[in-house]
Amino acid sequence: MRMWFVCRFCCPAAQSNSNPEWEAKVLEYFKGQLREKESHSWVPSLNDVPLHYLKPNSLVKFRCLVQDMFDPEFYMGVYETVDPSTKANVLRCGKYKDVTECGVDLNSRNTVTAERQTFYCVPIPGESPWAKEISFLSAARVVPSTSYVPSRQKRSYEEDDDDMDTQPQKQREPHTGGKFGTVNEPHGNGDSKRQETEAPSSQTTAPSDCSSHLDLNFPLPGERGPACLVKVYEGLDSFKLNDTLEIYGILSVNPVLTVLGEEKDPSLLLLNPTESMETPEEQRAHDPPASLVPRLHMLYARPLQHNNPLLPSAPTEDQSAFVSSFLVEMASVRAELLAYLTHVLLGDGLAAEYLLLHLISNVYTRRDVLPLGKFTLNLSGCPLNSYTERLYQIVQQLVPCSYRLSMSLHTMNSMRLVPKKDYVANRLVSGALQLARNTSLFLDETQLEQGQLDSSGVRNITALGNLISWQKVDYDFSYHQMEFPCNINVLVTSEGRSLLPSDCQVPLQPQVTPPNMEEYLTTIHMAQFTSQINKFRVYLSLARTLDYSISDEVTKAVEDDFVDMRKDDPQSVTAEDLHRMLVVARLLSLSLGQTTLSRDGWMRAKHIDMLRRSRTEQQKSLNGNEP
Amino acid sequence: MSSPTSTPVGSKRSRDDIPVTPSSDGLASPPSQRRRGQDSSNGDLPAMPTSPATDIASPAVHDTSLFSSPRRSVLPSEVDMSSPLMYGTPSSRVEGTPRSGVRGTPVRQRPDLGSARKAPQVDLHTDADGAVASEQAAGQKLVIWGTDVNVGTCKEKFQRFLQRFIDPTSNEDENAGLDLNEPLYMQKLEEISVIGEPVLNVNCSHVQSFDADLYRQLISYPQEVIPTFDMAVNELFFERFPDSILEHQIQVRPYNALKTRNMRSLNPEDIDQMITISGMVIRTSQLIPEMQEAFFQCQVCAFSTRVEVDRGRIAEPAVCRNCNTTHSLALIHNRSAFSDKQMIKVQESPDDMPAGQTPHTTIVYAHNDLVDKVQPGDRINITGELKKKRRGAYFIDSTADCIYRAVPMRENPRQSTVKSVYKTHIDVIHFRKTDEKRLHGLDEDSDQKLFTEERVQTLKELAAKPDVYERLSSALAPSIYEQEDIKKGILLQLFGGTRKDFSQTGRGNFRAEVNILLCGDPGTSKSQLLQYVFNLVPRGQYTSGKGSSAVGLTAYVMKDPETKQLVLQTGALVLSDNGICCIDEFDKMSDSTRSVLHEVMEQQTLSIAKAGIICQLNARTSVLAAANPVESQWNPKKTTIENIQLPHTLLSRFDLIFLMLDPQDEAYDRRLAHHLVALYYQSEEQIEEEFLDMAVLKDYIAYARTYINPRLNEEASQALIEAYVDMRKIGSGRGMVSAYPRQLESLIRLAEAHAKVRFSDKVETVDVEEAKRLHREALKQSATDPRTGFVDISILTTGMSATARKRKEEVAQALKKMIQSRGKTPAMKYQQLFDDLRGQSEAAITKDMFEEALRALADEDYLTVTGKTVRLL
Repeated sequence: MRMWFVCRFCCPAAQSNSNPEWEAKVLEYFKGQLREKESHSWVPSLNDVPLHYLKPNSLVKFRCLVQDMFDPEFYMGVYETVDPSTKANVLRCGKYKDVTECGVDLNSRNTVTAERQTFYCVPIPGESPWAKEISFLSAARVVPSTSYVPSRQKRSYEEDDDDMDTQPQKQREPHTGGKFGTVNEPHGNGDSKRQETEAPSSQTTAPSDCSSHLDLNFPLPGERGPACLVKVYEGLDSFKLNDTLEIYGILSVNPVLTVLGEEKDPSLLLLNPTESMETPEEQRAHDPPASLVPRLHMLYARPLQHNNPLLPSAPTEDQSAFVSSFLVEMASVRAELLAYLTHVLLGDGLAAEYLLLHLISNVYTRRDVLPLGKFTLNLSGCPLNSYTERLYQIVQQLVPCSYRLSMSLHTMNSMRLVPKKDYVANRLVSGALQLARNTSLFLDETQLEQGQLDSSGVRNITALGNLISWQKVDYDFSYHQMEFPCNINVLVTSEGRSLLPSDCQVPLQPQVTPPNMEEYLTTIHMAQFTSQINKFRVYLSLARTLDYSISDEVTKAVEDDFVDMRKDDPQSVTAEDLHRMLVVARLLSLSLGQTTLSRDGWMRAKHIDMLRRSRTEQQKSLNGNEP
Repeated sequence: MSSPTSTPVGSKRSRDDIPVTPSSDGLASPPSQRRRGQDSSNGDLPAMPTSPATDIASPAVHDTSLFSSPRRSVLPSEVDMSSPLMYGTPSSRVEGTPRSGVRGTPVRQRPDLGSARKAPQVDLHTDADGAVASEQAAGQKLVIWGTDVNVGTCKEKFQRFLQRFIDPTSNEDENAGLDLNEPLYMQKLEEISVIGEPVLNVNCSHVQSFDADLYRQLISYPQEVIPTFDMAVNELFFERFPDSILEHQIQVRPYNALKTRNMRSLNPEDIDQMITISGMVIRTSQLIPEMQEAFFQCQVCAFSTRVEVDRGRIAEPAVCRNCNTTHSLALIHNRSAFSDKQMIKVQESPDDMPAGQTPHTTIVYAHNDLVDKVQPGDRINITGELKKKRRGAYFIDSTADCIYRAVPMRENPRQSTVKSVYKTHIDVIHFRKTDEKRLHGLDEDSDQKLFTEERVQTLKELAAKPDVYERLSSALAPSIYEQEDIKKGILLQLFGGTRKDFSQTGRGNFRAEVNILLCGDPGTSKSQLLQYVFNLVPRGQYTSGKGSSAVGLTAYVMKDPETKQLVLQTGALVLSDNGICCIDEFDKMSDSTRSVLHEVMEQQTLSIAKAGIICQLNARTSVLAAANPVESQWNPKKTTIENIQLPHTLLSRFDLIFLMLDPQDEAYDRRLAHHLVALYYQSEEQIEEEFLDMAVLKDYIAYARTYINPRLNEEASQALIEAYVDMRKIGSGRGMVSAYPRQLESLIRLAEAHAKVRFSDKVETVDVEEAKRLHREALKQSATDPRTGFVDISILTTGMSATARKRKEEVAQALKKMIQSRGKTPAMKYQQLFDDLRGQSEAAITKDMFEEALRALADEDYLTVTGKTVRLL
């Protein structure tokens, strides 16, 4: 099957391209094939398979985030070649290709200029190692060893999957694995070893010394993985910056691209400076060597609702069946997860409840400027000494995308959070806030020390504040700012009240004080089976996608309740509180798998909000100087 | 290129009876494929016409080729002539002393039309002498190859256009001082003869209204048509003004092609067409001197020769023709001819970009006098030609140094793989800065959004509805509950008053912008309202008082990293010129920062004197500020002043001050709860139905701001006078002046804005009524004296409520009485007097009050206070 995909593509029906329907047919054909069950898993993924194992001009897929959109370019859609020996003219198709065939007749009148656009795509930033790993394994599983795959590649799969201890694997380990492992997987659970070696394996083509002079522009520091220049032919307007897509397209790594780009005679430039309309920086950003940044000619792109490999990705019948089957056990999984989180939060059940709600929150709509459904949680009173770090590792184990931003004075002053347009290189230089939807952003305020924020630090803090309040990031275009809406779950851990705004603050009240925090958390973590953790992962992703409504009856009840509350104490209950309680009620219902708000649900929401508030009051009176 | 298409042309040529020279042979390739390098083998083989004559139907060209003979031997290479009318003799450019007349005036190259890179100048004179003209008159139906342009007719048509076109409705500033009932362009020609700047700007919409066909040709074949226009204009000009002396021949610069495009909608069909796009300059390159003609001198015999640049390359003559020495010729830079060129990068203006995408950029080349006309940051309209250039300029094999020539016929197929991407750029013919006028005056047309007929119709229909005011105000920030009056106030702010210019009578400009202050408890969605407004208006700025410094608001001087020049970077207030500056946390702003606002909020300008730059910038911005009360919660026992604690000089500059207080009322709570719950479960569509689309609202405001300029009518002015008198009366009833002319101005502005909402050109009594109501409503809330419950504007103007003043007065009187009752005691002890007064008065008297009373009496010259003694005078 796979062979056949590729063969069709290696020799595109160029000769017959006078027929315009041809292109549409090809697209339709591929879309049809890919819609078929499982067929998409036969396509090798750029995320998993090292680039040098992939055959050029074959069909590949890439799970990515649109990091930048370059200017549209005109290319030779149809051109004519002249065979030097026979002098015969042949019409050829330039679509889905970077480089023309030999012997182009540049003066042919049959040349058709067409338009396409290039997107700069990077792997989804902050994708958790487990998500990478599972999607890798599932892809590897279906790849039949008997397929067309060249023997080299076949072997590589075998090595990676079954034979961890073969020689080549070991060699690669010190090269790529070391750093990665320490950052992400210190627990050494059963799979960690696998991740250490696997996740970065797709990186081997881009050794670290290479990336030093070529900035691949990943939003987050320490990210790895292939970046890709995706050539888009259809539906340009339907794509937006920061979309997460699964792109199916034709891989083009023609080494000619690199040579063409690099071979610039400096003397030629001197003679005619206008020949180079691009600055060297621009050249580097837009035409990086194909071996580092492969080109991908898009046939078809699927917007990803989530990147959790445990869930069926497409909204098909498959998924609804999956959802309904899972709904049954939702409540029990919730209880287990709550218990787990309670342990993690040192026995604080209320904080665990709120953390759970936070993890399934999602901006589901916007009313003019107001994002609805966001639920930024501020966990105050966190114990110091790397507790937050451990906490993040546990969150990372649960969500498919996450990033921990340690808000130390140094990082706040030096880090670039907001993407900025670099007009010299003509690209959008990424920042840590350029994240995919539903990414968990873990802001660790416990790292903050006394000192002065410089102007970039103030800007960074403002950007974080904007992100939390309005769920938007104002990208810096130097002459103006441009607003990009986002959907990021922000969790702030702090000692006292956070300096950032938040939707809800929960002071942590540890019930247990383990003598050795590290050991304690590791034990909790180890106690969970992978299957259990997987259930949690599915649960969190799924609860977020459920629909939700409020019946008229409950609406009435809520209104009455609000009026009553105001009657008792108009100062303490404001519109803002109602906003928050409505969100809590929504999340609470969804967390139980209920898609409508019941009276009960509302009462519960009110109840836990009361508990939380009394706890905050208490905190306030305890240390009076707290604002 | 053995193109069969060339044969018919050959026959035309022979009919013209013009000797076909090798050089003119190569002149043209079909314009449809104006690509360099179709000629395969020439480079080294001079004077070998490799491509058969294709065509040039224009008689002018053939005619002029006669004059080119001396050149031919120098530049025998093939000539790719994209335009049939390449003109300009290098010799005349260099040597020609300006003389009058078509012949005498040197022609200047137009690299903006034919790309200079590939444009080998063929020395063809464009002057069409009588013979040619008559030939044309004979009615040859020749057209330029690949087009339907007949040079003769085209020229005639354009001359007719110049001579006859009258635009009585013109209101362009460029035409200021011209008689609108006379042919417009003839007057401009006259202007040229006086000023001597040989550029004629032609508005394409004029051409279109005059002759649609000519316009179509202009748009479709600018490379052919514009030179024809040039010819036409020069003929006409020198006929009229035979004695005028110009630097070079007049060049026609068309602008405002109606096919104005968004940068995003450029597509391959636009290549080689004339387009007008708008955008913002983001980068300009250094000036690039582009050699047009190289000057070589023989080192042996000093014989000199000139070589034209051919696609960026100069063929160095190997042998001196005079003394036959080989390799004796050296390039003399000083005597070579260069033309200026500049690369400009233009980015889509943020206004016409779809959300969620990044702006596109386009490369633009400016030539000759258009170089350095624009600066980064300028918003401009560019009229130019979209050109494409193949990007595959680099070959694998390193010997391929000149690709254009080399590509097609390369024997070795290995070398001819090329990148299939073109590069595109625009050659500028005309720049028009859209924000230029913002610097010195009104900018009616910079904001001019183009509204389609239907859009205008819908807007007008909407305006005709009796409840349009309510509709619009409820469409404003629908997610924010109620606060009707505040929304109405903000709506009026969005529309603004009518700008009045009294600068001729020395009173300067009157502010048309409405300033609003929102003050209230935290959590009353002030910020949300600000965010909404900021998103709604095209030129809005959002700053937070906490985060902004005075510099951030005004302007600062910094060194440009690229040019190393000091540049003035403008801050939020200047950036929101003609927009709204939303300032959140107004109370958290430092006093020095706030003081900057004084000038902006009344004079609408910003004076800067720093780092050697002294200037006054326009900042015609409306200010929408939000402030929290001093104690973060509103203290009902205090006045607004005490709650806000802003200097009253600043407060009085706000037209409307709204309090956003928690009403604490059951019915209100219920409605609020309903609203909020609905917010969380209503589907997107339901919301849409209920409220006006944000886009409609935007357009409505933009339309009203641009086209509606209401004026007061008689009744309205009467009503205003009454209203003002009433306001004064309220104050005078208690012996105080409470309303100031500023309040009257506010009223006028609000009334005008309300008239704008109705799309009415007249301010009527209803508008005044509403303005009065709103003013009262806002004031009732903000200037209610908590001690009396009365509205008292003097709180805003003096910072002290009338009762407080009255009280002060009373204490002073009581003190005076007490002293008088004591009889003749010239001096009294301070402490004793204070104790006595305290004992006498039933109200508690503080030391402060006592001192104030003393001071008041001292002011009356009744007594003096020296140390601890009070002396009567």
